Amino acid sequence: MKLRDISKEELYRCSYGCAGCASVLAVRLTLKVLGRNSVFVVPANCISTVSCYYPQAPFFVPMTVMAFAATGAALSGISAGFKRRGREDIHVVGFSGDGGTADIGIQSLSGAIDCGYKFIYICYDNEAYMNTGIQRSGLTPYGASTTTTPSPCFENKSKKDMMRIVAAHDIPYAATACTSYPLDYMQKVEKASKVNGPTYIHVLAPCPTGWGFAPERTIEIGRMAVESGMWQLMEFEHGEFRITHTPSRRRPVAEYFEAQARFRHLRLEEIEAIQREIDASQ
Amino acid sequence: MSGKAPVKKYITANEAVAHAARLARVEVIAAYPITPQTSIVEKLASFIANGEMDADFIKVESEHSALTACMGARMAGVRAFTSTSSQGLEYMHEMLAYVSGGRYPLVMANVCRSVALPWSIWGDQQDAVQQRDTGWIQIFTETGQEALDMVLQAYRIAEDHRILLPVMICLDGFIQSHTEELVEIPDQESVDTFLPAYDPVVTLDVDNPYSISVGGFGKHYAAWRKEQQEAAEKARDVIVEVGDEFARIFGRHYGGLIETYRTEGAQAVLLTMGALAGTVREVVDEMRAEGKAVGLVKVRAFRPFPAPQLRQALSQVKAAAVLDRDCSYGYEGALATDLKAALYGLPNPPAVLGFIGGLGGADVPPERMRYMLERALSVKKGAPSSTEFIDL
Repeated sequence: MKLRDISKEELYRCSYGCAGCASVLAVRLTLKVLGRNSVFVVPANCISTVSCYYPQAPFFVPMTVMAFAATGAALSGISAGFKRRGREDIHVVGFSGDGGTADIGIQSLSGAIDCGYKFIYICYDNEAYMNTGIQRSGLTPYGASTTTTPSPCFENKSKKDMMRIVAAHDIPYAATACTSYPLDYMQKVEKASKVNGPTYIHVLAPCPTGWGFAPERTIEIGRMAVESGMWQLMEFEHGEFRITHTPSRRRPVAEYFEAQARFRHLRLEEIEAIQREIDASQ
Repeated sequence: MSGKAPVKKYITANEAVAHAARLARVEVIAAYPITPQTSIVEKLASFIANGEMDADFIKVESEHSALTACMGARMAGVRAFTSTSSQGLEYMHEMLAYVSGGRYPLVMANVCRSVALPWSIWGDQQDAVQQRDTGWIQIFTETGQEALDMVLQAYRIAEDHRILLPVMICLDGFIQSHTEELVEIPDQESVDTFLPAYDPVVTLDVDNPYSISVGGFGKHYAAWRKEQQEAAEKARDVIVEVGDEFARIFGRHYGGLIETYRTEGAQAVLLTMGALAGTVREVVDEMRAEGKAVGLVKVRAFRPFPAPQLRQALSQVKAAAVLDRDCSYGYEGALATDLKAALYGLPNPPAVLGFIGGLGGADVPPERMRYMLERALSVKKGAPSSTEFIDL
């Protein structure tokens, strides 16, 4: 996929998303790849909240709201239904947040991967329950403050490793991505759409409201996440992980932290400890 | 087995229900094991394995996912089926309201069982009764034959475009689920005549895209809920219509929303739901032979509640004993409460005596049925209602 191939058609527009919302961007980018032959399942999260209130209808493809814990099972059921009707060509897409994926929805996701129906499960990760007002989730990074992990009792665990979790299910295809690298993300969505089985894409989606940065810096912050090594772009295929993008220059993690309010309380020695951990893992 | 003539077999009600799902040409089954329901889905799995049924069986990881997957299949426009019991039904609770509010015409069988704690795998109706307000049509059955016939009727009722609500067919754990009776299994051709292919109103259709199952603020939300209530009320008529049509084709009729047995001229009646009605019928015959004016009212539809039918059936009765296999803790048995509400405003209404029994699989022998009816015979009109646990 090249930049010039990207569709100009907007199949998601006029949502109530915050200014600078990368999750809204992720929906748009997804639909530019998949087009009109797709259906969306959106559990309780920011996207359903800013998209689902009658008579508003920002999705120009069929969509349904779903219970928080139920995305994976809904994908299995819908995919089975389409299979019965000979419509396996339709892309069945789940669009769930970090809490809906790594916490309340993890059982249903695990079950759905195990069942093996064809679907694309997209976890858009803004690293906390943003819809309800910034509470920590299993994907909130170490050191971040949220309304349930207020400084000085900031989040003291690292993110759950969803990629290793889905890989442990022998999923045919999984990838991480970031909305600041749209081509990389869209190529992964396209790849997932061609797999005849369950697929998982975990896209980091910076949140100006929850992370505490100006809305015009969304793309820059996402790039800083990758360049600092706080987030890696990779794929899991044929039983192996592969890095899909290596930053040409490495940024100190301190720069990434300083750009956001949620890490502002961190002391120098804490930042240095995180830096050492990143350096050791790269 | 899919021939042109019905066959009679000694089977459990669970197996009868599995035959009904097969005959209804269900295309997606999603289920999770739980006693005493499990043999329904085992039978369905074997139908698929030996080619008697063409369906996808989604082996989900929980009941919450079972009901969700069935709803998903409905969204894609295919007929689906699940069944569960007790803790499984409790675990589905969130999705029960999703399915009814989304107006998905699903059908499930609930094999009624106690709810923990205290832990019990045995039968009562607490599980189903506890889901009364989730918006499902709930029909209680007495025999394997009735369970089979009602699963078939349930698809007609649920998918009727005037209704579009899910239907839960309840059967009593062990009394029905694990007891073999002679059941007539209809032929496929007759069932196809009775139950045409699913004709969904809205699906996830890429050629005609809608946001479905969305949210609504105050006025819209209330308008949709009012429509749901009107559909649930309308179901009273549709259940009767469908039952009548079923009788025309298959020759079996269950009386609509309630079945009355020897209530003509009765001074006292016993109301109950489900399989225990069989014992009551025997006791009524015995007591009638002794010259005692007693009868049975078997409540078949719990939701929609047959209030008009009960008012009519009980208008001349002196007292009604109600046997609930459930309890709304802090008040009384749920059927007793609903009956009293239905009788409110009747001039000179019958006294209502509440009895709670058959909990946790406790046997309710004929002597106990007689006891309740004798109590009802001896009470005066206008007597205050009461609640008594009869298992102790």
